Amino acid sequence: MRVQLRQICHARSGDKGDTANIGLIALKQGFYHIIEIEVTAARVKRHFDGIVLGPVERFEIPNLGALNFLLHEALGGGGTKSLKNDAQGKTLSSALLRMEIDIDDNIRL
Amino acid sequence: MKPFIRIASGQGFWGDLLRAPVDQVRKGPIDYLVMDYLAEVTMSILQKQKRKDPRLGYARDLIPLLEEILPDCVQRNIKIITNGGGVNPEGCSESIIELAHKMGIKGLKVGVVCGDDILDRVDEFHRQGIELRNMETSEPLEGIRQKLESANVYFGASPIAEALRMGAQIVVTGRTTDTGLTLAPMMYEFGWSENNWDKLAAGTITGHILECGGQASGGNFSGDWKSVPDLAHIGFPIAEAQPSGEVAITKHTGTGGMVTVQTIKEQLVYEIGDPKNYITPDCVADFTTIRLEQEGRDRVKVSGIRGGPATDLYKVSMAYLDGYTAFGTLTYSWPDALEKAKRADEILRTRLADLGLEFEEIRTEFLGYNSCHGPLAKVDQESNEVVLRVGVRGANFDSVERFGKELAPLILTGPPTVTGFAGGRPKAKEVISYWPALMPKTAVSPKVSVNQG
Repeated sequence: MRVQLRQICHARSGDKGDTANIGLIALKQGFYHIIEIEVTAARVKRHFDGIVLGPVERFEIPNLGALNFLLHEALGGGGTKSLKNDAQGKTLSSALLRMEIDIDDNIRL
Repeated sequence: MKPFIRIASGQGFWGDLLRAPVDQVRKGPIDYLVMDYLAEVTMSILQKQKRKDPRLGYARDLIPLLEEILPDCVQRNIKIITNGGGVNPEGCSESIIELAHKMGIKGLKVGVVCGDDILDRVDEFHRQGIELRNMETSEPLEGIRQKLESANVYFGASPIAEALRMGAQIVVTGRTTDTGLTLAPMMYEFGWSENNWDKLAAGTITGHILECGGQASGGNFSGDWKSVPDLAHIGFPIAEAQPSGEVAITKHTGTGGMVTVQTIKEQLVYEIGDPKNYITPDCVADFTTIRLEQEGRDRVKVSGIRGGPATDLYKVSMAYLDGYTAFGTLTYSWPDALEKAKRADEILRTRLADLGLEFEEIRTEFLGYNSCHGPLAKVDQESNEVVLRVGVRGANFDSVERFGKELAPLILTGPPTVTGFAGGRPKAKEVISYWPALMPKTAVSPKVSVNQG
C-alpha cells in the first residue's frame, strides 16, 4: 500500500547557515527499517527538486529510529540574508512528511 | 558528592518565554538554572550596542529577570549559568553586582568567562598564519575583513567549571557553546576530568536536549501534536544528572507540556550534522550510542552515551555586513485572490525595473498558498485570501529603501480587494552574514575571574 511518511514518522528541521537539516523519526521502531530502505538521500533530493539546490546527505541513527538529512543550499542564502518566509527551514520537516512510499500491505499502521 | 543534581533550562533563545526561568526557580527543586541567549548573529547586534555605549553589549533582559529570582536563588543556593554576557561579560557582571547591592544582597560572587572576543586580534592572527577561512566554503577572510562586525571563539564547559570551582554563584560568559552551559555544572559537581570522554559526551548531549528550552518538553512537537497538554503553561526541561553520566529528563509537576521519548528524540535530531561526530570544544559526542527509556510520566532516562577526544581546534563565529534587505506584504481576497497577488507582483516588478533600482535578489512568495512547501504544496481549491510577500536584497541602500515606497501605491493603483498594509512602509535593514571558521586552541585562552559584590 502507498502511505505518506506522516503516517509512519515524525520529524523536526532547522538550519545551519544555508544548510537545512531534517531529522526523520519512525513512529514505531519497526518502521525504521522501512524508512532506512525507502528514504534514500537521492530520493529526498528528488522530492525537494526546485527547493534544495545543493546535494543531500543522509546519516543513520538506528538507536533513535531516525535518519538525519542535510539539505545543502536549501535556504536562499540562510541567516538574515535569506528572503524566504521560512528562512530557517522550520517547515521543511513537514514538507518531507508529504513524501509517499510503498509499504507491505500487512504492516499495521 | 551529591547523588544527583538538577539542571534546569531557562531560555531557549533571546526572546523566549520570560516567565520560564521564574517558573523553573519557583515551581520545584533545582540546583542550576542555565540560559542560552546567543544565536549566531546576536553577537554583531551586541557589538553595535556596545559601540554606542561601552557599558552595554550583553543581554539586558537578564537584569530584570535577576531582580525577580535572585533572592530565591541566593536563599536556596541555586546557581545561574548564562552566555548572556554577550560581548561584554564584565559589564554584565558589574550590572548584576550593582543590582545585588540595590536589593541588599551582600557578597554575591559573579564569575566571568571572557577572552572569546577576538575582533581586535584578527589581523594579528592572520600574521601568525591563522587565516580564519570560511570553514564551509574555504573562502579567504580578506574579502570581508573590512566589513567584520564581530568575531568570537566558541569556548566550552571548562572555563565555566573553573568559575564554579572559584565559588561563583552566577557565571556570565561571552560566546560559549549552548551545550557547555549544562556540561559545566556536571564537571564541577562530579569532578569529571577533561579527558573522560564518555562522561563529557553525556553532559554535552544533555546540554543539547536542554538548549532549546520548551522544544524538548512538547513545544514544536510534530508527532501527535494535538495531544500535548496545556502548552500555555509549558514546563521547560530539567535534567537530573548522576555522577555516572546517566541523566533523567523531566519537568516540574503541575506544569504543561510533556516529556516523552518522542519529544526528546525530536530535540536530539534538531540542528545536528553527522550524528557520530557531534563536535564541541569539550569532546566529540556520538548520538548513535544514546539509549532512551520512558521511566515514568514526563520522565525519560538517557544513558549509554559514548564520546571521543576533543579536536585541537576552536570554532570561531564571525559576522559581517552584507548589504541591505526589506520586506513588505499585501493581502488579496477572494475572488481570484492568487491571480490578483500575482498581477500585483508583476506591476511592482515593472515599476522597480522602470526606476532602474539594483538588487541582488527579489523574491516573491504567496503566504497561505505555497510559501512553506513551494512546488510540493498541493492546492486543490481556490484560496479565500493570499498574502503577497515581496523581499529584496542588495548592496545599494537607496534601492532597498525605495522598494519600500513602491508597495503601498499598489493599494490604489493595482488589482482590487487588497488590504493589510498596516505598520507603514518596509524599511531597509542591514544584512548580517555569518562566517564560521576554525582556529588552533593554542592561539587563544579563556579568561576566568570572579567578582564579589
